[in-house]
Amino acid sequence: MIAAGKAVLVPGTNIDTDVLYPGIYLNIDDPEQMKPYLFEGLDPALRDQLDGDTVLVVGENFGMGSSREHVPLAMKAWGVRCVVGSSFARIFYRNCINLALPAITCPDAVKAAKPGSQISVDAAAGKVTVDGREFTAAPVPPFMLEMLERGGLIPWAQHKLAQS
Amino acid sequence: MGYTVAEKILLSHSDADRVEPGQVVMVRCDVVLANDVTGPVAFRQMEKMGTSAVFDPSKVVMVADHFAPAKDERSAILIKRLKDWSLEHGVVFYDQGRGGIEHTLLVQEGWVVPGSVIVGGDSHTCTHGAMGAFSSGLGSTDIAYCLVFGEFWQAVPGTIQVTVSGEKGHFVTGKDVILAVIGQIGAGGGTGNVLEFVGPGVQSLSIDERLAVSNLAVEAGSETGIFPADDQTAAYLDGRTEKAWQPVHSDPDASYSRRIAVDFDRLGPLVAKPHNPENVVPVSEIVGTPIHQVVVGNCSNGTMTDLRQAAEMVKGKRVHERTRMIVVPATQEIYRQAVAEGLVDILVEAGASISTPTCGPCFGGHTGALAPGENALATINRNFKGRSGSPEASVYLGNAYVAAAAAIAGEIVNPAEVAS
Repeated sequence: MIAAGKAVLVPGTNIDTDVLYPGIYLNIDDPEQMKPYLFEGLDPALRDQLDGDTVLVVGENFGMGSSREHVPLAMKAWGVRCVVGSSFARIFYRNCINLALPAITCPDAVKAAKPGSQISVDAAAGKVTVDGREFTAAPVPPFMLEMLERGGLIPWAQHKLAQS
Repeated sequence: MGYTVAEKILLSHSDADRVEPGQVVMVRCDVVLANDVTGPVAFRQMEKMGTSAVFDPSKVVMVADHFAPAKDERSAILIKRLKDWSLEHGVVFYDQGRGGIEHTLLVQEGWVVPGSVIVGGDSHTCTHGAMGAFSSGLGSTDIAYCLVFGEFWQAVPGTIQVTVSGEKGHFVTGKDVILAVIGQIGAGGGTGNVLEFVGPGVQSLSIDERLAVSNLAVEAGSETGIFPADDQTAAYLDGRTEKAWQPVHSDPDASYSRRIAVDFDRLGPLVAKPHNPENVVPVSEIVGTPIHQVVVGNCSNGTMTDLRQAAEMVKGKRVHERTRMIVVPATQEIYRQAVAEGLVDILVEAGASISTPTCGPCFGGHTGALAPGENALATINRNFKGRSGSPEASVYLGNAYVAAAAAIAGEIVNPAEVAS
């Protein structure tokens, strides 16, 4: 699975789910309606950069805290194609995989990326390219790769239901 | 090579012949939980999967607790959706006035037994590790899959063994044990691991206190915090559940990714400073910090033990004029018992407001949001920026003694000073 887009940098370590999508807006269950609140507690101006295909570049332990899927749902609704990070919190990571939003661990690419950098990610090959420079990412386990290739847990479930 | 508790439970709930950290397995669920925030999103995902059939309605629990009582129309619609879906699918639904905060409630109602697998659309599902279960907080798409198939994918975690020793001092609780761990390994230090609590000091932690410990396991990045079942677990479950269970313990030759220790002999009350639960310091380091709101409650510390500790601190005293004190019994049953024991009267007489069970003040949803510049000392589990209202407010985390003492003093204070 290849994902590509323009880099949007989300600086800082331990960026938590509450600043990414504050709790007061959790009484929304339609992803389109979640879009205006993404990054609301961190830096609302980041939303202005979410124009077209984008790749978020994030620091260590990104997405720590809540299980709220509102964060990756809103990211997908904005056209985010991939998240490249130094490391990810567990539930955020699995939410991304389930929604077929690749979350790729590659600290070297994070260091190299600048705002607007062209980034492409080949999850299967474990490569991240930033403005033409190639970096090696942490390998994505085969199960997660298959989940991404299939389009996430919903198509996975549809396939399983069709078999039974 | 032997297995840890987590590995044994995952092995018994999967088709794998053996398990090792990192291996991905499909794990069967004994309980699937969701609430008014995560349930409706999961139902949407289920619809996209093309089915409305639930794998086993007797294993599904829905709880209205986050925006309950509904703070506005949008919240009321979500709660109605949760209720209607639950009735339609024949699953257990706890409405306001009939249940409480999901994690405390599930344990209280006997849903959780040692050796079982509990999944919930809420990150604090890790709480159930206190009962010797493997419990995992999941997102809504995962929950949708669990509702349909009764299973979820799981990378087998490593295990960090936490040995607790020494004699627990007055005003020191389970909350301080887990804050000590988070301070030691950091907010991401437990990622890819469960915490397993062992050692002689575990005996001095009641089930209520273990719930607080396990509740904050996710604040160290861990999947859950497991207390292998012991006599206290058995005594607690006696008459509370009809589910059959067996204690699960780690093998002597089990492999751990890390071993750490917490020594009660060297542990006083702790506080986590804003805006990250890993910013842990002894109370003595930050005495004098003005406090405008105190919250005792939430899925970490809204138990009878916590309400008794808070009442002990405020009995015969008045909440400081600078400070609001909000007490949230975690369940209806706890609320009733607190009334019966006279705790509610003590707290109200001191100037505290008592709330119906709800998650509201913890996640900034309602019932106790903070204004810019205000400081709160709360027994909740997160002090993220903006967690409980304004991003320009500050939340300090501590146990119920520390919180109630701050309510009386109007500032952070060593609880021993208020008690004397």
